Amino acid sequence: MLQKDAQRLSLLLLLTPFLLWILLLVVLPQLGIVGISLREKVGPRQFTFGLANYLAFVQEPIYWNTLLRTAVMSILVTFLALLVGFPVAYYIAKIAPYRSQTALFLLCLVPLWVSDLVRAFGWIVLLRETGLISGALQAIGIIKGPIELLYNDATVVVGLVYTVVLFMIVPLVSTLNGMDNSLLEAGHNLGGSRITVFRRIVVPYAMPGIVAGCIIVFMMTAGSYLTPILLGGKNSMWFTEQIYDQFITRYNWESGATFGVLLLAFTSFVVWLGLRLTGQKLATTVAKD
Amino acid sequence: MYDLQCENLTKRFGAFTAVDGVSLEIPGGSFFSILGPSGCGKTTLMRMIAGFEDPSSGDIKIKGRSVLGSPPNKRNVKMVFQHLALFPMMNVGENIAYGLRCRGASKADITRKVGAVLERIGLPDVAQKQIHQLSGGQKQRIAIARCMVLEPDVLLLDEPLGALDLKLRERMKIELKLLQHQFDTTFLYITHDQSEALVMSDHVAVMNAGKFEQIGTPQELYHNPRTAFVAGFVGDSNRWHGKVNRISNGEAEIVTSGGDTIVANCGASALSPGDSAEIFVRPDCIAFGGVRRETQNTLTGTVDSLLFNGANSRALVRIDSRELIEVAINGVDRSSPIKPGDPAHLNWAFADTQCFPAKER
Ligand SMILES: Nc1ncnc2c1ncn2[C@@H]1O[C@H](COP(=O)(O)OP(=O)(O)OP(=O)(O)O)[C@@H](O)[C@H]1O
Ligand SMILES: [Mg+2]
Repeated sequence: MLQKDAQRLSLLLLLTPFLLWILLLVVLPQLGIVGISLREKVGPRQFTFGLANYLAFVQEPIYWNTLLRTAVMSILVTFLALLVGFPVAYYIAKIAPYRSQTALFLLCLVPLWVSDLVRAFGWIVLLRETGLISGALQAIGIIKGPIELLYNDATVVVGLVYTVVLFMIVPLVSTLNGMDNSLLEAGHNLGGSRITVFRRIVVPYAMPGIVAGCIIVFMMTAGSYLTPILLGGKNSMWFTEQIYDQFITRYNWESGATFGVLLLAFTSFVVWLGLRLTGQKLATTVAKD
Repeated sequence: MYDLQCENLTKRFGAFTAVDGVSLEIPGGSFFSILGPSGCGKTTLMRMIAGFEDPSSGDIKIKGRSVLGSPPNKRNVKMVFQHLALFPMMNVGENIAYGLRCRGASKADITRKVGAVLERIGLPDVAQKQIHQLSGGQKQRIAIARCMVLEPDVLLLDEPLGALDLKLRERMKIELKLLQHQFDTTFLYITHDQSEALVMSDHVAVMNAGKFEQIGTPQELYHNPRTAFVAGFVGDSNRWHGKVNRISNGEAEIVTSGGDTIVANCGASALSPGDSAEIFVRPDCIAFGGVRRETQNTLTGTVDSLLFNGANSRALVRIDSRELIEVAINGVDRSSPIKPGDPAHLNWAFADTQCFPAKER
């Protein structure tokens, strides 16, 4: 009895900083944002409660088009990151010799040592009209004049995939690491071809990692700001740009807050839809038996 | 016709030879075991048969046809893995159906066969269960069923009982033997546990350091071991070192390091006078008392202690030259007259005494 109480107390003490952190830095600001988004400005420093901000969003197609576009592009980025990340993760976890696994894993993290901003400028140095690639192509004679590789959707997608692919690889490596090689061998032994084994054994086994990776990557992409702005320029039409615009340029906090709430709600909805459509549960991602 | 043949099979990992010139022939429908200590190359041999490793040299034939060129999924040998490797993301029925699906069997066929094989292993109602809901013994049987539903030419089992507790292991030994009879399929069973090999097998190959030391029935291995390794590894033995004094009629007279003279059946082993030799005698061949006959070794000593283990009880006798000898006694007989401290006269037949050239040390 006494021991149980002691356990409960220590659990409480351990959880307190965490709970405080969540409450103060995540829940409260979000509640504040929701609060602001529900204000209507009627005069200088005069507000009433109302849904006008949300109505404005619905009535202006450019807003919700941007939101939809952001979601679609983020889904594309997530899919590409999975496509690129899975072979890399599989190689690190299952094929690479045991001794080099850690080294390869750390190597994957190297880009994280450079800040987002510097990385994006790196891309700019490469891709702009007077940049390295354009210059090199001209030097070999493949193209006549300089070409602008920046400021289009493809560049934004490539840049985003590059930024987020790590967050796909990490959960994938950790789930694939837990997979016993004898499962693969049993799959072959019982008559499965490479493709069958991959489809029926590797993918289902890695599913928790795939789901976790996709959620992280999707949320990160939809909420990213620097890469789409710097690589996509003015016509990148990323939803975070709208939020920035409302808060900073127009100083319209109510509208900015509304957009923030909508982004969170909409991306959460997309994640929920994705889980539903693929028949996965969030619980199996977190707790594996 | 042999179900499985290996001819001079060799596997090298760099400079290390894991399997060294192994040949075996397994007739259809028999239970064949490979018995050897840890690290002797048993798993490597089995992985070559299953196709997961390529032999450095030699040939593997299944039903008379060489399979060296075929990938693992094209060989009709199925394998029960050491830790079973049941697929955790599928339920029991799906696990068993996996191989049939790979073959492209029809839905009706799959349902019928899965039902039939579950019936046969005595678990008709588990098809919908998840793997983690099964007991250890049930998992074992599902792993076997998953292979047997594909009607393989040979079933390979790599220490499948290793992970089970002792009681269950004893039960599964008998069950495996019965299953093999029922399916009437050739089993190739790998183990480092001699009692598993002796109890279940029709034939046993004893393996040591990548080579086969002897292939024979369990009785042959037990009673007529051909090398010192087999004599020491299969069954319990008392063991002495000594020097050969004289050889006549296939019997060697050996003086042990303790000074006793023991006559041993040296049969085929190449011993000559002056060689050092190892002597092996099974505890159950030694008897207390009795009259000394011409063809028996005799030693005297005192009973040191009794080790009770039901029908496998032993007496430890300290003979006059200070060595301890294990002697089998009838522990079930309560009127057993043997007590610690009693004087003991031990005797056993020359024919039950094996001797082999001692390894140079
Ligand atoms: N891929 C490999 N590379 C190098 N050496 C290996 C490899 N696989 C096995 N070996 C070596 O080959 C020897 C035999 O290994 P194997 O796994 O066949 O032993 P085993 O008889 O199955 O032992 P156990 O009873 O412990 O399972 C061991 O010494 C092992 O170190
Ligand atoms: Mg092994």
